[in-house]
Amino acid sequence: MRYSGFRVLKEGLTGNKGWTKAWREPEPRPDYDIVIIGGGGHGLSTAFYLAKEFGITNVAVLEKGWLGSGNIGRNTTIIRSNYMLPGNEPFYEFSMKLWENLEQETNYNSMVSQRSILNLYHTDGQRDAYVRRANAMLLAGADAELADAKQLRQELPFLDYDNARFPIKGGLYQRRGGTARHDAVAWGYARGADSRGVDIIQNCEVTGFQIENGTCTGVETSRGAIRAKKVAMCVAGSSGRVAAMAGMRLPIESHVLQAFVSEGLKPVLPGVITFGAGHFYVSQSDKGGLVFGGDIDGYNSYAQRGNLPVVEDVCEGGMAIMPMIGRARLLRSWGGVMDMSMDGSPFIDKTHIDGLYFNGGWCYGGFKATPASGFCYAHLLAKDEPHPTATQMRLDRFMTGNMIDEKGSGNQPNLH
Amino acid sequence: MIIDHPLLGPRDAAEFVYLGDASLIDRPDWQAPDAMEKFHAYGYLRDNPAGEHQELWYHEQGDRSWLVVTRDTVTHTITKVELARDVARGKTKARGRGK
Repeated sequence: MRYSGFRVLKEGLTGNKGWTKAWREPEPRPDYDIVIIGGGGHGLSTAFYLAKEFGITNVAVLEKGWLGSGNIGRNTTIIRSNYMLPGNEPFYEFSMKLWENLEQETNYNSMVSQRSILNLYHTDGQRDAYVRRANAMLLAGADAELADAKQLRQELPFLDYDNARFPIKGGLYQRRGGTARHDAVAWGYARGADSRGVDIIQNCEVTGFQIENGTCTGVETSRGAIRAKKVAMCVAGSSGRVAAMAGMRLPIESHVLQAFVSEGLKPVLPGVITFGAGHFYVSQSDKGGLVFGGDIDGYNSYAQRGNLPVVEDVCEGGMAIMPMIGRARLLRSWGGVMDMSMDGSPFIDKTHIDGLYFNGGWCYGGFKATPASGFCYAHLLAKDEPHPTATQMRLDRFMTGNMIDEKGSGNQPNLH
Repeated sequence: MIIDHPLLGPRDAAEFVYLGDASLIDRPDWQAPDAMEKFHAYGYLRDNPAGEHQELWYHEQGDRSWLVVTRDTVTHTITKVELARDVARGKTKARGRGK
């Protein structure tokens, strides 16, 4: 069924009786060309692009819980491509271009809203770093714009420009950045993949790999064994656990990241704003809640909840740039488990086992990467060679010395 | 989280800085023929278990001691806290006996 304004109108006038289910609930078949482990944003977008771009539809997506129950359902929904390094920026800009066409491609309202993202700077040194980053962005075909405090005072009068400790001197805008409706991204990809013949199998947990003579030939699951020519891990957050079943040790630690939402308010924030002197980012959802977050808790964790010191730290960051936030009440907070990699950048690569592929290590930047991650992973799975924008996201880059360390903080995952 | 420091008693985890897996105590021999692979594994690869995990915490806002904390990464329950010094000495002793 194709969704359109006309369809909404027609169904509205005929009692909404014509709507069909957005995707099927198939039983797993005994073998597939490709089995994708993980029915989150990245797994579903991989399946979607495999079917749409590369014509491979004999594919199953295995999800241990319900579709989109992991980090695609618990992030702060920001999309942007304001990176600097050559291994990263072209990839994220590719993702941005896919975001801009996502709704037309999937025929699903993902509420992609290019409401801009602004990174504030507070010192001369930070301004210079942002100028450099803006130039790197422009070179990769993205948009970037430097704004001084005078311009910002006009556009965002509520910020605390004269804060004694962290005065706001200006910011780096990416006007094409913004937010998207996170769940709808998963649902749109799921519906698009399913309608092209991909089997999305929920409540099907992978419990082991079938590996014969260094070749992966399938998986064991809670719903029986499934053979596959290629098996694709796509379980950021649980990568350590799943890879351990294949006997792999990864350059990844699992950490918990908390996010927060305030009570619903009248529109106050036009776009996404981030603090430059601490770690704090905030946007306002279409329902009115201020959605914000900050640092990870900083210790290995698989628990989807964090501790209070970080709650305090994040709220202090918010108070430092917009004291008005202190009047809002916190409605909810929650935690998600992140694959924190050793250089803060992700992996889309083959493994040392033939037929077994790996996608993970997204740190806390996986949501914005959802379209390109799926596209590039599908490219790798279909052609056995990396997509041109993802050639450096290799698992062996620490051995070869080709790290993509955007922040320059070394092999300490809790500092990225 | 509360870390029960062996010398100072129960302290808030916010006083500590987290480093990572306690296997970082076992620095490989730089003269070994496979030192390259060993240091790659030491520096970059992690077991990252869901469950019991031994890890290094530094009491930065306290007595500046390094601790080995045994903690469950699924529940955050801490079951054992030792001085890293004692753990490292225990390992050296064990190695000595092996010779």
